[in-house]
Amino acid sequence: MFKKDFPYFKNSEIAYLDNGATTQKPQCVIDAQVEYYEKYCANTHRSNFGDANKATTNYEGARKILKEFINASGNEEIIFTKGVSESINFIASSFVSKYETVIISSLEHHSNIVPWHMQGRTIGKGLEVVKCDENLSFDFDHFEKLLSQNKNAFVSVTHISNAFGKIHDIKEITRLAHKYGAVVMIDGAQSLAHMKVDVQDLDVDFFAISAHKTFGPTGVGAIYVKKEHLADLLPYQTGGATIHEVDYHGSTLLDSPYMFEAGTQNIAGVIGFAQALEYIKHVGYENIETIEKDVYTYLDKRLREIPDIELYNDIEDSVGSRSFNIKGLIHDDVGILVDKMKIALRVGHHCAQPIMKQLGIKGTIRVSLAFYNNYTDIDKLILALKKAISMLKD
Amino acid sequence: MSIETKVEQIKEDLDFFEDELSKYEYIIDLGKKLKPLDETHQIPANLVHGCTSQVWLIVENKDGNLYFNGTSDAIIVKGLVFMILEIFSGATIEELKEVDMDIVHELKLAEVITPNRQSGVIGMIKKIKEYALKA
Repeated sequence: MFKKDFPYFKNSEIAYLDNGATTQKPQCVIDAQVEYYEKYCANTHRSNFGDANKATTNYEGARKILKEFINASGNEEIIFTKGVSESINFIASSFVSKYETVIISSLEHHSNIVPWHMQGRTIGKGLEVVKCDENLSFDFDHFEKLLSQNKNAFVSVTHISNAFGKIHDIKEITRLAHKYGAVVMIDGAQSLAHMKVDVQDLDVDFFAISAHKTFGPTGVGAIYVKKEHLADLLPYQTGGATIHEVDYHGSTLLDSPYMFEAGTQNIAGVIGFAQALEYIKHVGYENIETIEKDVYTYLDKRLREIPDIELYNDIEDSVGSRSFNIKGLIHDDVGILVDKMKIALRVGHHCAQPIMKQLGIKGTIRVSLAFYNNYTDIDKLILALKKAISMLKD
Repeated sequence: MSIETKVEQIKEDLDFFEDELSKYEYIIDLGKKLKPLDETHQIPANLVHGCTSQVWLIVENKDGNLYFNGTSDAIIVKGLVFMILEIFSGATIEELKEVDMDIVHELKLAEVITPNRQSGVIGMIKKIKEYALKA
């Protein structure tokens, strides 16, 4: 019923089931960006003419909207970035060096693994990985053991696994981490499209956000930084719009968030992102969660009709993505054929090679939903899967 | 038969199919014709770079002509391997040294396979050229 809000669906017959990679954008998000370019395109925080003031007001308005959306306590806690990867890289390079150990989970995607390798951390040498059980659930006993063994730890875990849709219990992870004096960053790339996030209730220290996975534009994201950490956070790039005063002897920087947003930002993108958040408010998380749970359960039921299907986790504590293989087939072959039957899904390792290796597979077929998906999309998918399998297994 | 003629022939075969699924059915059938490649040859040294699926290619030199054999763990890719072997196997070293990567475009594979998989086909052709340059 919400597809009508998204021009993509007016222009395409495709059953779009790759929302974990990026979501479609509602008309209001597209319009907000076009309006900026067509009607008041000017730089922010610099000039003082009317359009520049409007651009600055809307850009800063977006910060306030995001702040309220995730219940941050102040605008200075919201720093706009290019996306989750930049957010994690920023915190990795500007904050984490003083921590001896970084603890991640088994379900991380490469954005929350590679930055730690770049710091020279490998498993056992500044990097620890919390195990998961056969249902891909976070092993809290192992986590607590790692926390007790590593007194100076920075915990960086995903909220929802992009590859399997598994939800981590962030509140409990944060509670335990804080009990041992650790600091927590959450990779929220997959979160906001599916569930309400309240950073104060979760009590996280850092929370990375993606706009394009949340019905907003690509190239935009944010990092929430709890106020108490702002003084310890260094900018990892500086330049235009970050300074208070500069002479040849030195520079003084502005306060957060401005000192962290060097150069001209993706102004249209940030304004579009704010519209995406307004749109989500309009739909309501209660609606989103009800619709998704229904379609997700239907997807699971229909997938189980397929002979030789291999699922890796049950649907308890999971949302959005459902990942599987067909015994005897390579996921890539299935992906090629269902694409030709107008089904958009993703096959491969989903930028999460370590967990694939742990499961002894090269990748999966991943169906990832948003609240605009419906039973018809799932029916088309099942039909296409059955046809692809019959072509390949004949 | 020259490489160009073989490319032309395969292109004609592919063009025969109007809808893409039939084209894929044809490619899957081609894969079934592929001679099995002994598992002892399925080693990292024979792997083709650039493929999303695994492809192994081996070469045999018979009096200045190179004969290739190969396989893949993916069914559709096996069909692509078959096509590539049909085109290049048996050609002279000199011919193979001159091979042009534009063959992928000539075959109109861009219409059939995604950019990632095109790079796999390019990878196969590169490997063939590499074998020729070393021969």
